[in-house]
Amino acid sequence: MIWQDYLQIFIFLAALIALTKPLGLLIYRIIEHKSGSGIFNKIENGIYRIIGVKSDTTMDWKTYLYSLLIFNALGFGFVFLIQLLQAYLPFNPQHLPNVEPILAFNTAVSFMTNTNWQSYAGETTLSYFVQMIGLTVQNFVSAATGIAVFLAISRGIRNRMNKDLGNFWVDLTRTTIFILLPLSIIVALVLISQGVVQNLNGYTELNTLEGAKQIIPTGPAASQIAIKQLGTNGGGFFNTNSAFPFENPTPFSNFLQMLALILIPSALTYTYGKIVGSTKQGWLLFSVMLTLFVVGLTVSLYSEYSMNHSIGIAGNMEGKETRFGITNSVIWSTATTDASNGSVNAMHESLMPLSGMVAVLNIMLGEIVFGGVGSGLYGMLIFVLLTVFIAGLMIGRTPEYLGKKIQAKEVQMAILAVIAPSFVILVFTALAVMIPQGLSSMQEPGAHGFMEILYAFTSAAGNNGSAFAGLNANTPFYNMMLGIGMLIGRFAIIIPVMIIAGSLSVKNITPVSAGTFSTDNALFGFLLTAIILIVGALTFLPALSLGPIVEHLLN
Amino acid sequence: MKTTITALKAFILLTIICGVIYPLTITGIAQITFPSKANGSMIYQNNQIIGSELIGQQFSKPEFFWGRPSSINNNPNSSGASNLGPTGKAFKAQFNARVDTIRKYHGKIEVNTIPKDLLFASGSGVDPEISPEAAFFQVERIAKARKYTTDQMNKLKDIVKSSIEAPDFQVFGEERVNVLLLNLRLKGL
Amino acid sequence: MKQETKTFDKKLLAVAIKDSFIKLNPRLEIKNPVMFIVFIGAIITTLITFTSFTAFNIQISIWLWFTVLFANFSEAVAEGRGKAQAEALKKMRTNTYARLLSTPPLSKGAGGIPEKQVLSSELKVDDLVVCETGDLIPSDGEVVEGIASVDESAITGESAPVIRESGGDRSAVTGGTKVISDRIIIKITSEQGNTFLDKMIALVEGAKRHKTPNEIALTILLSGMSIIFLLAVVTLKPFELFALSASGNPKSTLTVPVLISLLVCLIPTTIGGLLSAIGISGIDRLTKRNVIAKSGKAVEAAGDVDVLLLDKTGTITLGNRMATEFIPVKGVEEIRLAEIAQLSSLSDETPEGRSIVILAKEKYNMRGRHFDENSIQFVPFTAQTKMSGVDITDKGKKLEIRKGAAEAIKQYILQKGGAYPPEITQIVENIAREGSTPLVVTENNMVLGVIRLKDIVKGGIKERFEQLRRMGIKTVMITGDNPLTAVAIAAEAGVDDFIAEATPEMKLARIRQEQADGKLVAMIGDGTNDAPALAQADVGVAMNTGTQAAREAGNMVDLDSNPTKLIDVVEIGKQLLMTRGSLTTFSIANDVAKYFAILPAIFVTVYAMNGTGVLSKLNIMGLQSPESAILSAVIFNALIIIALIPLALKGVKYQAKSASSVLKRNIFIYGFGGLIVPFIGIKLIDLIITTLHLI
Repeated sequence: MIWQDYLQIFIFLAALIALTKPLGLLIYRIIEHKSGSGIFNKIENGIYRIIGVKSDTTMDWKTYLYSLLIFNALGFGFVFLIQLLQAYLPFNPQHLPNVEPILAFNTAVSFMTNTNWQSYAGETTLSYFVQMIGLTVQNFVSAATGIAVFLAISRGIRNRMNKDLGNFWVDLTRTTIFILLPLSIIVALVLISQGVVQNLNGYTELNTLEGAKQIIPTGPAASQIAIKQLGTNGGGFFNTNSAFPFENPTPFSNFLQMLALILIPSALTYTYGKIVGSTKQGWLLFSVMLTLFVVGLTVSLYSEYSMNHSIGIAGNMEGKETRFGITNSVIWSTATTDASNGSVNAMHESLMPLSGMVAVLNIMLGEIVFGGVGSGLYGMLIFVLLTVFIAGLMIGRTPEYLGKKIQAKEVQMAILAVIAPSFVILVFTALAVMIPQGLSSMQEPGAHGFMEILYAFTSAAGNNGSAFAGLNANTPFYNMMLGIGMLIGRFAIIIPVMIIAGSLSVKNITPVSAGTFSTDNALFGFLLTAIILIVGALTFLPALSLGPIVEHLLN
Repeated sequence: MKTTITALKAFILLTIICGVIYPLTITGIAQITFPSKANGSMIYQNNQIIGSELIGQQFSKPEFFWGRPSSINNNPNSSGASNLGPTGKAFKAQFNARVDTIRKYHGKIEVNTIPKDLLFASGSGVDPEISPEAAFFQVERIAKARKYTTDQMNKLKDIVKSSIEAPDFQVFGEERVNVLLLNLRLKGL
Repeated sequence: MKQETKTFDKKLLAVAIKDSFIKLNPRLEIKNPVMFIVFIGAIITTLITFTSFTAFNIQISIWLWFTVLFANFSEAVAEGRGKAQAEALKKMRTNTYARLLSTPPLSKGAGGIPEKQVLSSELKVDDLVVCETGDLIPSDGEVVEGIASVDESAITGESAPVIRESGGDRSAVTGGTKVISDRIIIKITSEQGNTFLDKMIALVEGAKRHKTPNEIALTILLSGMSIIFLLAVVTLKPFELFALSASGNPKSTLTVPVLISLLVCLIPTTIGGLLSAIGISGIDRLTKRNVIAKSGKAVEAAGDVDVLLLDKTGTITLGNRMATEFIPVKGVEEIRLAEIAQLSSLSDETPEGRSIVILAKEKYNMRGRHFDENSIQFVPFTAQTKMSGVDITDKGKKLEIRKGAAEAIKQYILQKGGAYPPEITQIVENIAREGSTPLVVTENNMVLGVIRLKDIVKGGIKERFEQLRRMGIKTVMITGDNPLTAVAIAAEAGVDDFIAEATPEMKLARIRQEQADGKLVAMIGDGTNDAPALAQADVGVAMNTGTQAAREAGNMVDLDSNPTKLIDVVEIGKQLLMTRGSLTTFSIANDVAKYFAILPAIFVTVYAMNGTGVLSKLNIMGLQSPESAILSAVIFNALIIIALIPLALKGVKYQAKSASSVLKRNIFIYGFGGLIVPFIGIKLIDLIITTLHLI
């Protein structure tokens, strides 16, 4: 590494830190603003009139959750159907055929759950219609769903003996129309200026200088890429995602996309602090996330730049693009796995063993190091509750978080939310390595092949979407199991989180005293980090030891 | 039931806004403001598209600058990478094959002296660029294949030098050379 | 009750060992999910040992059974200590005869009412019984007539007899205690089997032990973690099979006993095994301090208390106020004031009254004078008049002497047509501001002066409150004094707040208000009028000398009737939670070392180069062989339970410090300690078993 590498890392982190507060504040103001008379209010009220919602009605946790689930179910149904029928629908210049039902199921689940796992190859499977009307929309609303759940639990923590968690439709509208959409427009336009394509043309066929035939795909990419990054969706327009030059043409577009993929999750820590009435709480969560991010980044950089003994060359460029180099590829791989984004600008399967392990471990930790939009924070809050519970007992009081007593129900739901993704990762992987349908999709043998499968189910359970792409996941077995895994990874967390939100909401707030366990100091940050790492490590160490650890030791 | 109807209305409305208005508006703006870039940065010769600035082409003849190794022979319709573990046997075999190809034209040189990006396949399979070192490394071979004079070869070096793109804003990314553009400039020599 | 029980008493130990085998009952084991997993694991391993009879399998089976037994043992030891106390109590419950009155007494001295002998077990609620000197009180009840001294040493350990009388706040009697003088009529309030004594026995025996809220939450957490580890271990087998086939070495070392060993080592058996012992011993520690908790929940709540409501008298100040000064009004000699004050108090048997007589004697060497019985009439203190005194008819001259609260005296004097000098108001205020109580003394319609009654704040109490403040607990003093007096005493004692001129309604309102603010409130009380507040408080400690209503309303009873005890209760509650949290942390931290012991051992043949698996590089402890590594981890896991039993029973060291310093200390000891100890322990055990060639 040379000084430019360090400088780029520094600029990235500095930009992230600098933007967290202003964007977080903006989001807070948009979400919590009272109705007024400006142009935005007119648009907003118009929307409520059309969908028939009274913006001042509030919901308890059950109604909020019910609305959310119904809305998500509709989104799934729609995306599923239009794939089955895409041949009969417009905007299909390549005349792509209808999608197989199981693949369509996988893709619909994938985009509804904010995972954006892509079993299909973008260029050769889905029409512009499906990508625009189906997937781009899900990119927005699945992100908004995550933020909605985050808002609900934040309000639950803030409330004092009050059931009101807000109104799902209001949160959905404000998040989509006033946060995600404007940001996407800005990002999309900047990306186009860098060379990202945005058109409705058919593919171009040409003869290369050497005389070979080349078919160049194209399409309305920039508009989808902007939201895929901002909404931590990660589903690329093209098969190789942000490694593909039309999707990510320059180092600057790369910088912008890296920042975009982690920006909202980061800003939400500040929003959280504002909602619960203590920005220190938000900064603490931010610091823990940043620490884990930097640790992962350091290990990955070390690993990518170190000697590959099997070929005798230090510095691994396999699967990486020239314009990004190793450093930008590793910042991306760390950020995208931390942030539950799943887009890639370099191939994760071709990462060195330890940086591959960091990538998969980032997801295994629960997608809480920034994590998905909203989902990262509510996932982090699950760990906060567990930490508060264990550490709170040590000071001799019923554990409290921000004055809310953490009792059996909260612990039960929190641990459920930790068990669910672990179940998917471990049990589904175990199943896959036992049966031929699982084993036959592996590209690499041995420990690396094991990682392909482990990574796939981890990615599904964490709603990440990135892959060790050598695995042929477009088989009925994987499409089905990964689809189920994504559903569990999404809703077996959302539902417990909403139950916790409801339970905390009606509790009284114990005032702070010298006996209160404070959750905004370095000690708590340290404990939270330790609990996250220990739970993650203890759960997955055996599996990892048979994958990347073996690979590392063998090299 | 009321919730379902609300959900349906909300879904339709958001689909129209985010799925139709948003991408079409962006397309419209793009086509007006950056028509060339929005349509793929295509390179025209005699009104004929001969390639895209951003999509690397396959070069295997010694008289052209070669790009990054590609697992898909630079055919981007279904882009892809090797997706091999860098410490595995399969990768080592591919790696050795790439070394052999280089050695076939550059002689029995040490692996360590070959620019790395010529030995590692790109992520997209259509990486349009290589490092300046990789470009300079190939000058001699091209000169030999094209039977250039020393003067011509020096000119070629100058062309490579002038083709080097600095990191964006002098900070982001790496120094690099666009292979297709560079090869197009060979014609003028 | 006060007798000390050693942690490991020989007799108790024998019983506990027996009990730990009796507890090997699936229906009992399943109540503790973590240990139930070990229990099932031990059964499976034993069955496998029968088919695959190897030294390794035998030893693993043995140690798994030991793990279960050690956990049972810890519970049995904790229960045993409670049982010993229960035995002592049970001895009192022997059936006695009661003298049942057939009709209610109509007048004093119900001697003529027919009575019959019945067994105490046949008594019903509302029956009336007579107890005289030497009788055992047959069941719980309330004195409805008479006064008697009662020996309650059997339940309180206090040898001095206590007075029980009808009416007022000292009317409750407990079945099994003994009347040592006089005669009382008691209305039975609970039937046999449901008496205070019965409840106490049940409580200390732990028979009706329900899991407390925090314990339930912790059990859920531990069960959840066990499920996660179960997933990690169960899936390890397919992972290993895949790895073996990929590395071309089909010989699996991952047998079922090995998998079970790994699982048992990973699940939080340390805290799981000790959890109920910690809970039982918490109640036990309270019992030792003569506080009977009606539920574990209350003990736990005590640790959460934010506000303590404390009665001034007896808790903050020594029970009795002492006269320290006579302050006459202008024109009155101090000696005359002293004389009249002494006269007013001659028949006043309250401690204050006596202190006035003593002060007069000390200052002016005044002796008590004798009056003709007929010429003197005592006017006792009542809540209405708020004054007391004497009416003396001496040589035809009638003297009305009164002393009392300033307000009451003022009314009285004005009513009598006398003058209330403004000077007095000044003196009274000054005294009150200094935290003392002024008593105004009058003779007929003339105010002579003021007696200063000083409250003596208990030594050391200020420091105690300071500790509580550091722990984040607010203290509120409750006093009947006027606000001026209250503020001075509050300052002297260092309480955070006070309620002056407190009425039971005010106490109740204060508790409700604090609770609405999200605080947990503890209070201590004795009278019937305290019952609502005791019931409302999250932790209500009733004094044993109190009324039956108060004892019913509270969730703890302090047998010593010592109000300062509340602070002990809070500390024990905190200690209970701290012990659980610390051992949980310790248990989780232990897993790191266990992984380093077991993982290299089980993957010894996986991806082998030159015959040893690459993962052997993770064997950083340098354990001898895979078998010895696994066995060492299992043995360590079992032994640590035994090693920590004393800690579970005694609780982690309690310090009255702020939350963050307590946390730092516990994290350091139990977190970092938990990381390091098993590395050393497992290595040592490995050395021992390889030296002894056990494997």
